[in-house]
Amino acid sequence: MENTVTNFDHTSEYTTLNLGPTHPATHGIFQNILTMDGEIIVEAEQTCGYIHRAFEKIAEHRPFYQITPLTDRLNYCSSPINNMGWHMTVEKLLGVQTPKRVDYMRIIIMELARIADHLICNSVIAVDCGALTGFTYVFQWREKIYDIYEEICGARLTTNVGRIGGLERDFSPACIAKIREFIQEYPKVLREFTSLVERNRIFMDRTVGVGPISVERALHYGFTGPNLRAAGLDYDVRVMNPYSSYQDFDFTIPVGVNGDTYDRFRVRQEEMWESLKLIKNALENLPEGKFFAEVPEFYLPPKEEVYKNMEALIWHFKIVMGETDVPVGEVYHSVEGGNGELGFYLVSDGGRAAYRLHFRRPCFIYYQAFPEMIKGSTLSDAIVTMSSMNVIAGELDA
Amino acid sequence: MSNIQVSPPPPGIEGSGFFATTFEKAVGLARANSIWPLPFATSCCGIEFMATMAANYDLARFGSERISFSPRQADLLMVTGTIAKKMGPVLRQVYLQMAEPRWVIAVGACASSGGIFDTYSVLQGIDKVIPVDVYVPGCPPRPEQLIDGILKIQELVKNEPLKRRESPEYKALLASYGIE
Amino acid sequence: MSEVNNAYLLKELQDQFAAFITQVDEPYGLLTIELDKEQILPVLSFLVKHPELQMQFLTDVCGMHFPDNKGKELATVYHVHSFTKNIRLRIKCYMSLDAPQIDSVTSLFGSANWQERETFDFFGIEFIGHPNLKRILNVDEMEYFPMRKEYPLEDQTRTDKDDTYFGR
Repeated sequence: MENTVTNFDHTSEYTTLNLGPTHPATHGIFQNILTMDGEIIVEAEQTCGYIHRAFEKIAEHRPFYQITPLTDRLNYCSSPINNMGWHMTVEKLLGVQTPKRVDYMRIIIMELARIADHLICNSVIAVDCGALTGFTYVFQWREKIYDIYEEICGARLTTNVGRIGGLERDFSPACIAKIREFIQEYPKVLREFTSLVERNRIFMDRTVGVGPISVERALHYGFTGPNLRAAGLDYDVRVMNPYSSYQDFDFTIPVGVNGDTYDRFRVRQEEMWESLKLIKNALENLPEGKFFAEVPEFYLPPKEEVYKNMEALIWHFKIVMGETDVPVGEVYHSVEGGNGELGFYLVSDGGRAAYRLHFRRPCFIYYQAFPEMIKGSTLSDAIVTMSSMNVIAGELDA
Repeated sequence: MSNIQVSPPPPGIEGSGFFATTFEKAVGLARANSIWPLPFATSCCGIEFMATMAANYDLARFGSERISFSPRQADLLMVTGTIAKKMGPVLRQVYLQMAEPRWVIAVGACASSGGIFDTYSVLQGIDKVIPVDVYVPGCPPRPEQLIDGILKIQELVKNEPLKRRESPEYKALLASYGIE
Repeated sequence: MSEVNNAYLLKELQDQFAAFITQVDEPYGLLTIELDKEQILPVLSFLVKHPELQMQFLTDVCGMHFPDNKGKELATVYHVHSFTKNIRLRIKCYMSLDAPQIDSVTSLFGSANWQERETFDFFGIEFIGHPNLKRILNVDEMEYFPMRKEYPLEDQTRTDKDDTYFGR
């Protein structure tokens, strides 16, 4: 807390500074109205909704499989996790059991996405501290992850990967080769990035003790994910409520102490190592078998079957027209997204679309704590704090 | 020798020690190869724009080395991402703050037409509030597409008559958006 | 110490608030209770302070709209989670369209602040005692609550869309 000023001179005049919504230093559309005493922030008020796209309203009008592209655009830095989370929610509603191979493939994809997400967040923290080199360096490795995505599903960023009941296709040999190459080469890159930044004097001066939050306040504000873990609580959905066979794997949850920007950075950095370990284990132990569950009423049949086989044609028609029966019920499912507990609360009335779908968007919830975290710090510290919180505009505003 | 290609000079008269061309062509050439883009990154397309800027695709190769985050010093407004109705006036203000000549590129389906978000809160294409020069389709467009969009803009810039910005047609275009 | 599970949680709640719990369900293993909306604050503070349960994490607040459910058109749904015992609870509070008011839980959970604002923004549910209840995602000038079922998804001011191409 050494950088924090707590005794404000209430006789002095304050300046109001409008930070955003298109401020160059904020990555995305965030508006903060700051009351400044010189360089020190006295008060802050965020405004959001600048890219509100009415996801929840759209979700009430689209069949289940058409909601996957929407989830892509929530936290677009790690869209596969969102896709998988949504598929698992629907599978939970339908009572579908996925084969182990699907689970392991999903883990590989999700952990790759987590690396991609943390990579962009951590390199952007470095950029905001003035170190652009790390960013341009690690972004090449994000491209490698994009290559793997392309091999898996054909898309780079908004992947729309997977189907309800499984994945649309198996990993190709080329894809497995690329993943192997990635897990072999990436440690070197991560170590190099770490050595560039982590013990760098300037970086440490800019981040240690900046934007701290105690674990009590973090819980009060509903923090989840790396930000909560940086504050010192080891809550991870993957461990507490395992989904997609995460219970088969052995991994540690890195935990910080001070909940400041540096700890958030460190936690993400360590999580990337854990993700790598998970990918490696899942790939080595990838079970043989089908890459989809036997649910013809929800999983699209292969296209050649549709042309030749009457039954497949009927299922294809029914799925595409949204005429398969869905149980009435409500289900809450959450996954560990790139920046916290990403929850889907789905209420189904048996119709072709969801009656109500609510996304529990982690950054919408924890971004509330931002004014408290930056109070008394300087403007430049506020920028670093914001990027270390990994607030993604698409997820914030839905 | 590397395979770097030097872009050809504009048509003109060449003699020993001099090269004469029209002022317009020379200005066009200079402008086209030194565009300063202003990334108005709102959502997913912004990440692809970052990828375009970064080492693999390297937008700097096309003269856009300097990303201008200030509208005052920018030539090209790159609207990358969804523009909600709440954001519309802000976008318009940023456009107004830019100095002439200015170009606009709508990157991605959302900026071009609203994309998959045909909802009450999303602006159905930024051309409802500001004039657009080039539309780049895709959701999000790949970096190659984005670079193609920039190259299209470069073509426009290169061939733009110097007097276009004073022409009655251009004034009428701006007036149709309520810009003086 | 008895094992903390849904039955235990329900028993603890029934002991204190039996008169106000109108319906109990357990869809997909998540205990769901329907609660009298006046009781939301007492129930949540009971759960937070309960020595065994310690349900101190508010996962989610959201609204719902059932236009045909006369007298109980609107609902707020709370998900609370106990990290120590890893148990979740879903609480639903129904209210009528004429009086869409419910107590704010911001005094217990800071995270409820924006979630309640969002619910107000989407459904027009007013949270009594909320420090700053105004629209959050939509523009301030908006006059309706877009997530209510009667309002359409699409932009009504669109002129470039020919309905014949959409089969309407």
